[in-house]
Amino acid sequence: MLSPGFADPALDAQRCFRAVLEATSRPGRVQRLAEGVLEPPAPLGLAAAAVLLSLTDADTPVWLDAEAAPAADWLRFHAGCPLVAAPGDAAFVMACGAMPPLDGLNAGTEEAPHESATLLVQVAALDRGVTLRLSGPGIAREHRLRVAGLPPDFGLRWARNGAGFPRGVDLVLCAGAALAALPRTVRITEGDG
Amino acid sequence: MTIAAGYNFGYLDEATKRMIRRAILKAVAIPGHQVPFGSREMPLPYGWGTGGIQVTASVIGPDDVLKVIDQGADDTTNAVSIRRFFAKVAGVATTGRTAEATLIQTRHRIPETPLREGQILVYQVPMPEPLFRLEPRVAETQRMHALADYGLMHVKLYEDIARYGHVAISYNYPVMVNRRYLMAPSPIPAFDNPKMDRMPALQLFGAGREKRIYAVPPHTEVRSLDFEDHPFVPIRADAACSLCGSRDTYLDEIVTDDRGGRRFICSDTDWCASRREEGR
Amino acid sequence: MAYVAVKGGEDAIAHAHAWLAEARRGDPAVPELSVAQIGQQLGLAVDRVMAEGSCHDRGLAALAIKQARGDLIEAAFLLRAYRTTLPRFGASAPLDTAAMLVRRRISATYKDLPGGQVLGPTFDYTHRLLDFALEAEGAPPPEPAPEAEADGAPMPRVSGILAQEGLMAAEPASEAPPGDLTREPLAFPADRPLRLQALARGDEGFLLALGYSTQRGYGNAHPFVGEIRVGEVAVGLTPPELGFEISIGDITVTECGMVNQFAGSKTEPPQFTRGYGLVFGHGERKAMAMALVDRSLRAAELGEEAAAPAQSPEFVLYHCDNVDATGFVEHLKLPHYVDFQSELEKIRTLRATADAAQREAAE
Repeated sequence: MLSPGFADPALDAQRCFRAVLEATSRPGRVQRLAEGVLEPPAPLGLAAAAVLLSLTDADTPVWLDAEAAPAADWLRFHAGCPLVAAPGDAAFVMACGAMPPLDGLNAGTEEAPHESATLLVQVAALDRGVTLRLSGPGIAREHRLRVAGLPPDFGLRWARNGAGFPRGVDLVLCAGAALAALPRTVRITEGDG
Repeated sequence: MTIAAGYNFGYLDEATKRMIRRAILKAVAIPGHQVPFGSREMPLPYGWGTGGIQVTASVIGPDDVLKVIDQGADDTTNAVSIRRFFAKVAGVATTGRTAEATLIQTRHRIPETPLREGQILVYQVPMPEPLFRLEPRVAETQRMHALADYGLMHVKLYEDIARYGHVAISYNYPVMVNRRYLMAPSPIPAFDNPKMDRMPALQLFGAGREKRIYAVPPHTEVRSLDFEDHPFVPIRADAACSLCGSRDTYLDEIVTDDRGGRRFICSDTDWCASRREEGR
Repeated sequence: MAYVAVKGGEDAIAHAHAWLAEARRGDPAVPELSVAQIGQQLGLAVDRVMAEGSCHDRGLAALAIKQARGDLIEAAFLLRAYRTTLPRFGASAPLDTAAMLVRRRISATYKDLPGGQVLGPTFDYTHRLLDFALEAEGAPPPEPAPEAEADGAPMPRVSGILAQEGLMAAEPASEAPPGDLTREPLAFPADRPLRLQALARGDEGFLLALGYSTQRGYGNAHPFVGEIRVGEVAVGLTPPELGFEISIGDITVTECGMVNQFAGSKTEPPQFTRGYGLVFGHGERKAMAMALVDRSLRAAELGEEAAAPAQSPEFVLYHCDNVDATGFVEHLKLPHYVDFQSELEKIRTLRATADAAQREAAE
């Protein structure tokens, strides 16, 4: 049996979108969705499930990694999005396992950098783990974000993603009901600290 | 307040809102870049704020407090009409007070009260392309943005200075966002341009007819184009508001008779009224 | 606050709209016009509103005309704004206009052709003399026009006849779903299906003027009306749950195939090329203008010089939509005094600078 989607599709999607908008506007600031807006299908946490349901539909090809695949039926039923076999063809990429290589995803073009993919990574936690020091648009001086579950060479991969600006992938980190966003403009000046 | 029967919350259907929301997120991720979107016909004509309305409709929630201004005033007819539309289709609280609003839709002004974190400013944009007077072909301007080739605009400003001694642009004065994209700030007076720079609030821009959305994230550098020996100077009428006495706000010029009589009042009606209340 | 005329607020808007309603009704001593009367007796206005409103619903188009006081652009806008709120169930199969139940069919390129020429209900060959008999109301309805027995003979399209002889340039066939302007913003280069969609919704007056300009040397057109046909065609849809096509009704359309000379190129022999027009309802002028403009927009693809306005896809497609155009032109009546004030200050500054420079030069 599939668990239900949003109890109030219009208002719950709006609240979730505002959380993602706030997260994208202020990179590294952790947003928390209200518990209980939906029952996430395993292995997705509340934030990952709600973001996918708020933003994907028949117009957005989605790729799920092997770990996220058990949520495929739920997502197809509630969002109606096509699921694609190659991450490079997806507008939204959902990873519950290891973060996929960023350079294998659609980074858009110089004229249409907005056609790039959004990568959702479900991480272990957004309140412990390594500390990322973030700067860039949306950040007055510096935000610090703690993340557990990113690959050890994340800083290097992220710098490479940013070097192609305006092309590039945008990242949303989800852990349970919490989410934080790293748009492509974010600079990670230092790993730990 | 309740939502009018027969309408979805915020008027737009959910699929349209999702499409616009995706465009907004990409716009925030690429500051100053114009993201094309599938703009819909709205119950108001194109050119009357349909882009701003679609952005507002996709962002607004029941907890928002909405302010709508046109020319800086809450009681101009188009502002009244748009505010009434959202009261009807979203049932949200509305206000005239800049400080109380979470969402401000504007045409042609940035409020004088400094905006803060937690607020979103939505601009109605007639022509999103800053280069359109110099190059009307959209495909060509897209190429220029891709290459960050803004020589055309620099030449135009330089020619203005050579000819007039000043840049002859008084509103919709072009800006560079985050040192990458040339952006049209919408037809706000150049006086308002400095307010955009590192504004703590999120700025969203919607152009309905031209089907473009763009954004400036909070705390992002927005620089009005200028030259070292001809720095950008915001201009306003050299006068005081005849209602509140302000000397540092943008003023409307009122013709009082046919013998050259003039008086000046604040364009931002909320700011002016608040100052008068404080003064009392 | 009498000093700023535009500051009126809720009351002013409500009063203006009350006045509008009164003006719409006109003198109450004159009987009210019914939506059915508009649908029946102002049918060509209904057709135009459906075409430019891009929504085929005669009843709604007639209602829009009534609400808009006969302003057809306003009516098309009303219909568009309504249409955009409707759910989308699917896409119809391509219309088969060769199977049209023809009311009118004329070809200017052949004296006679299979299926024959059918004049149908047309203003052509009427003498444009005001018919004062129509002023007398309550006259009995006109006698039914004489009817010929339909012979059921097939009516192949003229473009097909020329293609058989190899004289008509082949059109690339594609099973790809066409783009959809109502969902995706226009992007360039715009392919022909997208261009045709934009033209089909485009303003009749604008396309008429552009088509006319191609005849007067702005675009070097040599058009012949291969064929115009007006009549009913079936709309087919394949619901996913059924898996086979069903007919969901008949609509009236006007189709125009323009035949144009093409000098040929290094790879192509001299041959004819098509310009194509298709509009909802009976709209010959629009279909013909659309076909002219479609052909001239193919200039680049056919390797022709493209210098005229009607040959510029950006110019034509960005400006042919009257809902876009009327909104932006009419928005100039909204208050702009903030911008105007900044222009006033700027011009005063520029003049002061110029005056100072002149004085300095004089000293």
